[in-house]
Amino acid sequence: MQITLNGKSINTAFTSVYELKNNLYPDYETIIIINGFQINKDYKLSENDSIVIIQKGAVPSKEEFESMISARHTPKVYEKLKKAKVAVAGLGGLGSNIAVMLARTGIGHLLLVDFDTVEPSNLNRQHYFTGHLSMPKTEALKKQISEINPFINAETKNVYVDEKNIENLFRGYEIICEAFDNPESKAVLVNTVLSKMPSVKVVAASGMAGYFSSNSIKTERKIKNLYICGDFTNGAKPGTGLMSPRVQICAGHQANMIVRLLLGIEDV
Amino acid sequence: MKVNGKIISITKSQTLIDFLKDNNYEITKVAVELNGNIIPKSKFKDMTIQNCDSLEIVTFVGGG
Repeated sequence: MQITLNGKSINTAFTSVYELKNNLYPDYETIIIINGFQINKDYKLSENDSIVIIQKGAVPSKEEFESMISARHTPKVYEKLKKAKVAVAGLGGLGSNIAVMLARTGIGHLLLVDFDTVEPSNLNRQHYFTGHLSMPKTEALKKQISEINPFINAETKNVYVDEKNIENLFRGYEIICEAFDNPESKAVLVNTVLSKMPSVKVVAASGMAGYFSSNSIKTERKIKNLYICGDFTNGAKPGTGLMSPRVQICAGHQANMIVRLLLGIEDV
Repeated sequence: MKVNGKIISITKSQTLIDFLKDNNYEITKVAVELNGNIIPKSKFKDMTIQNCDSLEIVTFVGGG
């Protein structure tokens, strides 16, 4: 029968997945994913099954990686995301977490932009470790992404984003994620992109400080080509700091909106 | 006119920048769409708004 094994179409006479595994990979322990679902007991093969068998504890090859993510995310979704390009502007609590989520989702090309280095005060919410202290955020994040999925192309630009360099920095990107901290910088990026780059969509954030209800954080399309995530009210200020849970909820909203847009869904 | 989905009435037409200032918007933290078009900040002082316009004003708060 015809099945797909690690991304390749093959013809097999084996009737069960354990038979297949024991013949093809007799010497090592494996993870087996069948039609997007990881199994831990034998399974009777059917025509057109999609099987992923990878060695436990080893870094998969590019083909194995792709078939593994593809199996998890359904093949057509994965193909689209693999070809996609997304720019993340600002690599703090939002941007670092968003970039990691997009990398895990298999977005093929990421542009990571920030001017800053990793500081101890970032560790309460940003996706960095003590070993990254004093490193440029771009570099620290690129290193993590290469360990999460070595086949993501992560480009970095270590610059301060202002009105003058926006068009140059983000040329060629159809989706820009606004992940700055400072409200004036958020407004500058959004205004410049929406007025000078009319085909580009911006996924921005406003209001995620404190420990207010998780459910107050939403995604809205407020202006054509502008999606905003947040509670739109609670800015960071003395007494209302930025804390990991709500920052990550907001980052999740942004990352999911980006995935939806890449898959052609404009609805929030 | 419509502002962020709510119907309001203005007595006289005024520039966008005056409208924003009169209504306590912080000019450096907003993005504004007038009748479906994004208005660059440099045009705020030239644009006149009047009844029947539809205005969407997004104000950013800090944090990220």
